[in-house]
Amino acid sequence: MRINKKVIGLALATSFVAGSALAEQRELVINMDRTSELDQKASQDLIDAFEAANPDIKVKWNNFDREGYKSAIRNFLIADAPDIAVWFPGNRMAPFVDAGLFDPVDDVWDENNFRELLASSIPATTRDGQLWGVPYRIAGWMLFRNDELYEQAGVEPTDNWEEFLANCEKLAEMDIDCVTTGTRDLWPGAGLFDLINMRVNGYEFHMDLANGKVPWTDDRVRATFAEWAKLVPYITKDHAAFGWDEAAARLSSGKSANFLIGTFAIKTFRSGGMTDETLGMQAFPIINPDIPRSEEAPINTYHMPSGAKNKEDARKFLAFVGSADQQTAYNKTTIGMPVNKLATPPDDKYLTEAFELLASAHAVSQFFDRDAPAEMAKPAMEGFQEFMAKPERVDAILERLEAVRQRVYR
Amino acid sequence: MFPTPIERTQPRTRFAYKVFLPIALILWLLPLLGVALTSVKPAADLDSGNYFGAPSRIAIENYWLVFKNSNIGYYFWNSIKVTVPSVLVSIGLSLLAGFALATYSFRSNLIIFFMIVAGNYVPYQILAIPVRDLPININLYDTTLGLALTHIAFQTGFCTLFMRNFIKALPNALIESARVEGVSEWRIFCYIVVPLVRPAIAALSVLIFTFVWNEYFWATIMSQSVDVRPVTAGINELSGEWKARWELISAASILTAAPPVLMFFLMQKHFIAGLALGATKG
Amino acid sequence: MKPVPAAPRRRRKRLDLTPWLFLAPAIMFFLVYVVVPIGQSISISFLEWDGLGEKKWIGLQNYQDLLKDEAFYVSLKNNLIWLVLYLLAIPAGLFLALFLNQTVTGMRLYKSLFFFPFVISNVVVGLIFSWFYTPDFGLMPKIIGFFTGEEIAVLANESLATYGIVAAGLWPQIAYCMILYLTGLNSINPELVEAARLDDAKGFKMLWYVILPQLRPATFIALVVTVIGALRSFDLVAIMTVGGPWGSSRVLSYFMFEQSLSEYGTSMGYGAAIAVVLFAIMLVFITMFIVRMIIQERTA
Repeated sequence: MRINKKVIGLALATSFVAGSALAEQRELVINMDRTSELDQKASQDLIDAFEAANPDIKVKWNNFDREGYKSAIRNFLIADAPDIAVWFPGNRMAPFVDAGLFDPVDDVWDENNFRELLASSIPATTRDGQLWGVPYRIAGWMLFRNDELYEQAGVEPTDNWEEFLANCEKLAEMDIDCVTTGTRDLWPGAGLFDLINMRVNGYEFHMDLANGKVPWTDDRVRATFAEWAKLVPYITKDHAAFGWDEAAARLSSGKSANFLIGTFAIKTFRSGGMTDETLGMQAFPIINPDIPRSEEAPINTYHMPSGAKNKEDARKFLAFVGSADQQTAYNKTTIGMPVNKLATPPDDKYLTEAFELLASAHAVSQFFDRDAPAEMAKPAMEGFQEFMAKPERVDAILERLEAVRQRVYR
Repeated sequence: MFPTPIERTQPRTRFAYKVFLPIALILWLLPLLGVALTSVKPAADLDSGNYFGAPSRIAIENYWLVFKNSNIGYYFWNSIKVTVPSVLVSIGLSLLAGFALATYSFRSNLIIFFMIVAGNYVPYQILAIPVRDLPININLYDTTLGLALTHIAFQTGFCTLFMRNFIKALPNALIESARVEGVSEWRIFCYIVVPLVRPAIAALSVLIFTFVWNEYFWATIMSQSVDVRPVTAGINELSGEWKARWELISAASILTAAPPVLMFFLMQKHFIAGLALGATKG
Repeated sequence: MKPVPAAPRRRRKRLDLTPWLFLAPAIMFFLVYVVVPIGQSISISFLEWDGLGEKKWIGLQNYQDLLKDEAFYVSLKNNLIWLVLYLLAIPAGLFLALFLNQTVTGMRLYKSLFFFPFVISNVVVGLIFSWFYTPDFGLMPKIIGFFTGEEIAVLANESLATYGIVAAGLWPQIAYCMILYLTGLNSINPELVEAARLDDAKGFKMLWYVILPQLRPATFIALVVTVIGALRSFDLVAIMTVGGPWGSSRVLSYFMFEQSLSEYGTSMGYGAAIAVVLFAIMLVFITMFIVRMIIQERTA
């Protein structure tokens, strides 16, 4: 458990200056997974700012590895609950809400006018009519593009599905993968399914499917896969061998022309040598113009465990991270998108565009592994991966997923 | 000697053998050599497609970058914190147990011995859920102590098997005559047995060090935070983050492999004697 | 009748209790970490339990679901592939040992270097081979491409992934068997060999009738560690493919981890059922090995 010495020092100094026996230090324990340097810096700034605003509170930050955290949370919520924990909304928080391991925080939302300022995240953070966390950032899934390759192939970017596929054909003739992805870790492939399904059947249907209300063998699901099958020949062949950042490297190095990924990848593209001139970005092409355009943008949230020892200060912290100023600061450092309406997104061409695309969307989904329960998400993402390698197996895949659906939502 | 010693063969065979030996070694270690080579390539070499050629220069800074850009320094320290006590305690416990199983004949002696041997072969998965819940319930989850206790439990089985066989092979006369003279069992253990099993202790130390350092399954499920995760679990994490940076992954791999390899070269004789005697690896 | 001397009786008593005092700590650990957990896992396998909420008794439902689960059969099949191919480590190790059983200068160093892969963590072996197999960067696709004209990403190919992982696993396992045989060869009776030589026994005949019988203990140990190692295989799958592509390289041990202990898997009951099946399979082998060891112990 890493405690920031500077923070303690500062806290001690403040209490000496205060010189009052009453100014007793209260401890606020926060568990987070901050692996990258930027994320760590942004979180440290946030904590410093919180302590400056609340001199009587001393924050203890326990940092975890990104992947380790996902299983760690199940244990520490039971054994040794912090006062604040980072997590995801939607179905990813459902097991903890249902097991009574998170506390509802409606009061924080009410007292800080969050119902209006963070309105877009209400559906995702709500369960059983109550709000269970406070969002701090959002990442839009956009189609990124290597404009140099488009130029070389003599094709124009397009919002139209048929034209997009025609472009792919031209790129394929030049031996370039039109679309790349890396499904070694499964999840990047789910983005493609989510967007194609929302383009073909719309957001409402997509959510019904994720919630187990529609069979996987439904004709509308088959229609989605039929459209997807048109794209499959143009997707990087060995996608199952790559992670998402390897796929990102394929885009930067000119092996692939398009990549559907979250805005968090922008910094990866830039470090791969792409500039505002060569990196293009757009919403996923429209397949059925009668279906209103919805987008995908997973939200990250802070939660208050029910086992928290210092709930009063935890609420203060939640109010603090939901505020416009803090969301502006955090997302400026991490090049992310704030959720708070009054916050200023970082001055970044792509983020500004993505922000507008999300704001003008009919609805915004989370991500398949947050919209669907874990037991469904895993086999489904395996099915997506298999489909992109062996599209002819679509019937077998859908029947298998239907069997899982009947077991999971029993 | 079998096969026929090479000195006794025809000069041509002898020559062929001496030529082929290093070639065989290079082929055998090819994947490792490739990684070692990659670990000293500047990133630019890999970016420009120089995957298999000689590095344009020796980029030793990759090793420095690994430490700078990741938590691997913590992971190394965590591994040491887990490995050293695991080695000491499991050998200590197995000395006691091995002494008991080797020098006393009591009815359930063989049953206990073979239970321990069998326990050594059990798949970890049948233990995983309860063993992981154990430290959760006593607030030792995600601590070095919790992980070390798990390692101690499993390594003690192997060590006991080893110690028991070793002590059994010692001349019995010394212990018997001491017993006849009325020396206490504890003193027999301390002053007669322990000095005699020194070679076994040395062999076990290297073996258990290697096993615990290299262990992955328990490391992943019993540790989570940056200050507890051992290097095997940590490096896999890193490889996820650096998917496209093979020069860094390679450098980190070499670093992770280094301590047991060093241990092996320093204590080679004990290591191999240990393997031959102890028979099984976890 | 003479009274029985007091002292020896006390001594006897002490001897009866002492072994238990010496054994106590080890047995404690053994009970807490092995015996009791096996029982607990078996009982969890009859539950529906996500590790957090209520436990619900569902009898054999988990086992019935397992029999209907395609992933279970994939895992079983892969475990079988592992077992069969892993056994190749024994003859390969013997071959290497024979090759290296010479006294040329520098032989000690050669032997150590050949043994190298065994000392390295499976995690590193997995990473090394992942690199070896990676399209673009790795050597393997280039080699395959040279012979077939098409570069294949081994680990992304459902019919090759398991073989690719087993090959990585064989690397340290062959080294292990090699060292067991090298030590075995050291203790071979030279007189027997020379006598056989005078009888004109050579090459394979000599190996089969004279050498191998003397290497029996080494072969037995090699068999035990190889069979157990094959069925326990987890690390390499977890590192090289995480069970993929689309679950085609799963083995039972990894399947259990996936279902109970990973990011998307929280069904403790289902995972425990998988573990029980794996345990049952291994118990067959363990029993065979132990019976043989007991026979040896009795005759020794």
